[in-house]
Amino acid sequence: MTIPEAFQHLNDAYGINLSLVYDPFDRNRFIRGLEMTLLLSLVSMALSVVIGLAGAWILGGRSRFLKGVTTGFVEAFRNTPPLIQLLFFFFAVSPFFPGPVNSSGQVTPLIGGVGWAILSLSLYAGALNVEIFRSGLEAVPSATREAAESLGYTRLQAFRQIVFPLAFRISLPALNNNMVNLIKTTTLAYAIGVPELLYASAAIWSESLNVREMMLVMLATYLLLIALYTGIMDRVERALRMPGTDV
Amino acid sequence: MSEPKLTAHGVAVALVTAALIAAASLAHAQESSPVSASVLSLTIKWLPLIFMGFLLNLLVSVLSMAIGTVAGIPLGLAQIARSSLTRRGATLVTQFTRNAPWLVLLFLTMFLLPFQFRVFGQSIPFPAWIKAVIGLAIPVMGNVSEIVRGGVLSIPRAQWESAESLAFSPTQTVFKIILPQALKRMLPPWMNLYAILAMATPLIAIVGVQDGLTDVRGALVAENRTDLLLPLYATLLAMFFVYCYPIALATRALERRAEVKF
Repeated sequence: MTIPEAFQHLNDAYGINLSLVYDPFDRNRFIRGLEMTLLLSLVSMALSVVIGLAGAWILGGRSRFLKGVTTGFVEAFRNTPPLIQLLFFFFAVSPFFPGPVNSSGQVTPLIGGVGWAILSLSLYAGALNVEIFRSGLEAVPSATREAAESLGYTRLQAFRQIVFPLAFRISLPALNNNMVNLIKTTTLAYAIGVPELLYASAAIWSESLNVREMMLVMLATYLLLIALYTGIMDRVERALRMPGTDV
Repeated sequence: MSEPKLTAHGVAVALVTAALIAAASLAHAQESSPVSASVLSLTIKWLPLIFMGFLLNLLVSVLSMAIGTVAGIPLGLAQIARSSLTRRGATLVTQFTRNAPWLVLLFLTMFLLPFQFRVFGQSIPFPAWIKAVIGLAIPVMGNVSEIVRGGVLSIPRAQWESAESLAFSPTQTVFKIILPQALKRMLPPWMNLYAILAMATPLIAIVGVQDGLTDVRGALVAENRTDLLLPLYATLLAMFFVYCYPIALATRALERRAEVKF
């Protein structure tokens, strides 16, 4: 008996319907959903770190106007629901970006559901990252900065070679926390019809009528994804640890 | 020291307000037909309905927070219990409820809880919004558990030892010495969690509870005008901002005060 047959038997004999193992169609849907969740997570993570670094750099600078704009961005995104942000972008902002007209004469949107989901998730997580990196940079002692300055480093050099490597290590635990939240927040893309893991699972359980089994499989998959991320980052944190310091 | 920070926040609030006004006027300018009602008047027309829905969001957030906190405190204390079996069990439950996506837990409770109970032949209905309250209370429980554990562990060991040497029982030590001190440190993260929960309540619209977000979508369907999309969504965003931003400011103020003390 092959594995799919065994699971088919499990369904026939005991009513435990894990259709994603024996049904190639369901299995394919589930894997595509998992891939989409990974895509959303990884791209949004990268973009949110870039946004966070840019924001923290501006907050450490001199321009009052830029600081005000950055603070406004951070507060606006931190203090409003991410789901409504996503819907706001997808429904209210996307009409302002009309794309090419397709063969049947309809205007296609320039950015699709996946694009808006990535943009919205990146901005939300990025706003939180700005605060995380800012407090990380603040935690670097000013004596370190001054020492770099007296050695003739420019602001950018000191930032890149001395302050940032320290600040990044200080920020890492909070950053990891936020990135775990980001993985969990990708489920919101369900609301705009992006076929990620939750969407795929919902499609499977409403057609194969196995709500209980699919719910548990999906929950286990998310917990595994998060365990995988924390496992990797634990190793990164250990590898980055500098002997003789707290970080 | 505090003065430039204040101006930065002033600029921030001004910018958010300006963005919302700009969004509204942009939508206003888009309006093509002069016969139809203006975007502003339509927004005002739907404002009371959206606000009523928003109040349900707040009600759900308060109830979930209450249930999650009541369930999370003993769970957090169990995480630092003497018995290793209790400790391990509590940690497992905490990690499980903390790491699962909120929306997934909400789906779980919506689908797996019955829509009515039968007690002594009487059927008691179990409406969707109460199931949603339970669905949101589960991750709150896990997070409160971690806050309690962290808060208690942050109290120096010497406090436990001196309590023991003064002949306090373990229960007395926890409730009379450790918790009163830990409470002060647990308050800021607890408030932060509440703000996160309040901002997670629109998720209940996805599983079919009529909240502020449902009302916005209903109003959009009723009016069938694309120029209303921006102002109506912005209105709901603004309501959440007005509610959550003061909580965030108060949390930060408390954190700063705690920093000075310890």
